[in-house]
Amino acid sequence: MAQQTLSQSLAPEIEIDVAKLRRDLLMRQVGKVGYLLNALVAYFFLWAPIFVLVVFSFNDSRSVAQWQGFTLRWYSGIFANVAGTGTSGSTTSILDALSNSLIIGGVATIVATILGTALSLALVRYRFPGKRVLDSLLYMPVIIPEIAQAISLALFFKIIFDAINLARPDQPPVTYGYGTIIIGHVVFNVAYVVIVVRARLADMNPRLEEAARDLGASEWQTFWRVTFPLMLPGIIAGALLAFTLSLDDYIVTAMNRGIGDATLTVVVFGMMRRGVSPEVNAISTLMIIFSILLIGISLLLQGRSAVTGRG
Amino acid sequence: MAAQAQAGSVKAVEAGTRGGGRLALPGTLWLLAFFLLPLVIMAIVSFMSLGSRKTIVMPFTDANYQRVLSALYLPTIWDSVWISLVTTIICLLVGYPLAFFISTRKSQLMRQLTLFLVILPFWTNFVVRTYAMQTVLAREGVLNHFLLSLGLIDHPLDLLYTQGAVIIGLVYGYLPFMVLPIYATAERFDFKLVAAANDLGANDWQAIWRIIIPLTLPGVIAGFILVFIPCLGAFVTPELLGGTSTLMIGNLINSQFEESNYPRGSALSITLMALVMFALLLYVRFGTREQK
Repeated sequence: MAQQTLSQSLAPEIEIDVAKLRRDLLMRQVGKVGYLLNALVAYFFLWAPIFVLVVFSFNDSRSVAQWQGFTLRWYSGIFANVAGTGTSGSTTSILDALSNSLIIGGVATIVATILGTALSLALVRYRFPGKRVLDSLLYMPVIIPEIAQAISLALFFKIIFDAINLARPDQPPVTYGYGTIIIGHVVFNVAYVVIVVRARLADMNPRLEEAARDLGASEWQTFWRVTFPLMLPGIIAGALLAFTLSLDDYIVTAMNRGIGDATLTVVVFGMMRRGVSPEVNAISTLMIIFSILLIGISLLLQGRSAVTGRG
Repeated sequence: MAAQAQAGSVKAVEAGTRGGGRLALPGTLWLLAFFLLPLVIMAIVSFMSLGSRKTIVMPFTDANYQRVLSALYLPTIWDSVWISLVTTIICLLVGYPLAFFISTRKSQLMRQLTLFLVILPFWTNFVVRTYAMQTVLAREGVLNHFLLSLGLIDHPLDLLYTQGAVIIGLVYGYLPFMVLPIYATAERFDFKLVAAANDLGANDWQAIWRIIIPLTLPGVIAGFILVFIPCLGAFVTPELLGGTSTLMIGNLINSQFEESNYPRGSALSITLMALVMFALLLYVRFGTREQK
């Protein structure tokens, strides 16, 4: 009796199941196609604009959409000082801007790398009061919108400069310049240096340092002959990352710069505001190649684990 | 293991010097002086007034905030929240399946390659990438040219300097931020759970909604925050792709400072930071609970 009811109640359900199964299988096919299509469209979306930008930097026409033939004239234009060709109003030439970028990026990177390496050592190797607070303070510049950081720093400098200039009216006024830009870059670079160097330190085998100490090396010798060489790839990777971020930065630089010390990104941004042009395509292509090179070296030094580093 | 290593080396090094605080001091001072102090000053200035010749003067007032929340700025603030929300949702809809696509590639090499192809564009200059989108969307740009040559349109469309262009630009800029955290959870996802659910009679939809999505939720929430926050503070994208027609909070802050109206610009910045903090609070509330 019980068996009969069981088979009776099961039988119709199995019948429905077959129809449902067909539907499910169809849905699965649709899902699979959609899944593949989504990936294809996403990769196309991520790469096509960059591809187009690079291709039309070689276009023998002012158009950045219609192919007319191959030329390198937009590139030679950059090195022959593009400020003259259709980009009037720009007071800083491309080469001057590039040298500003390299000086500011270089100094900011050196300072941020030294500060960041010391911070990483302190955070990984020592216990001290306020460590937790420092940890969150470090990552705040990464979370807070860059425009808020840039504007607050500019305001801070303005108040200081106003006070100084008021106190000594006979002296030439102090104002924004390389120094103010570099200070701002160091703030956001330190966090990224710490992220990279800290990861390296945490991966290191402390036995090596203990062995050095056991063999009679002083603390100083242990640091310079064991710890530091082991940390070095992490330090270089962090420095390269910081340098890239400095070169790429627009907001902090634009808000804290003086007249005449525009970086390459600031000058190029000004040209972009006026619309698309093949000169900007050419400069952009060079900038893309340069940052991919820097990041490639940085990633190689960090090893595979660093792929998600910037998050 | 890490803690053990740390403890061992602490012993090794601590013998000589006591203060790791001394090592941390220069960096800490730098951040206090040039990051935290300026933010505190900005918060104070946001309650002050603009005097003659663009000086910042007393008395303390809440007039700047009243102004920020007036009909003059509030629509732009809502627009910013709306644009950021739409951007984040599009990133989620595209990024979620993409992260699974990457994590389910069979060979290690393909997984690395597909992941690398998502990450590489985001390592290149953000301004340059935004410009790349500009060359696609411009009136004389590639997309218009393509559609014209196909005969689908007979005059170029005004794609650039619209809200849509800003959203496309932001999705373009921040999609990797969505893919990476979801990939991190998808990579650890055990597909045997789906097989088990199917064996127990769940169809694919049920398996997706009741197994896959709940288990990858921490990655989704992290991605949501990582995309939403930088979108709220966006400046470069609306400036290049939105023109004067689509403004976001970032553009308002910038224009106030260009006019040397520091108190009002500060009030706008603090409002932006309050919105960011609110989003982070939601994250701490819901995001971290899921992980436990």
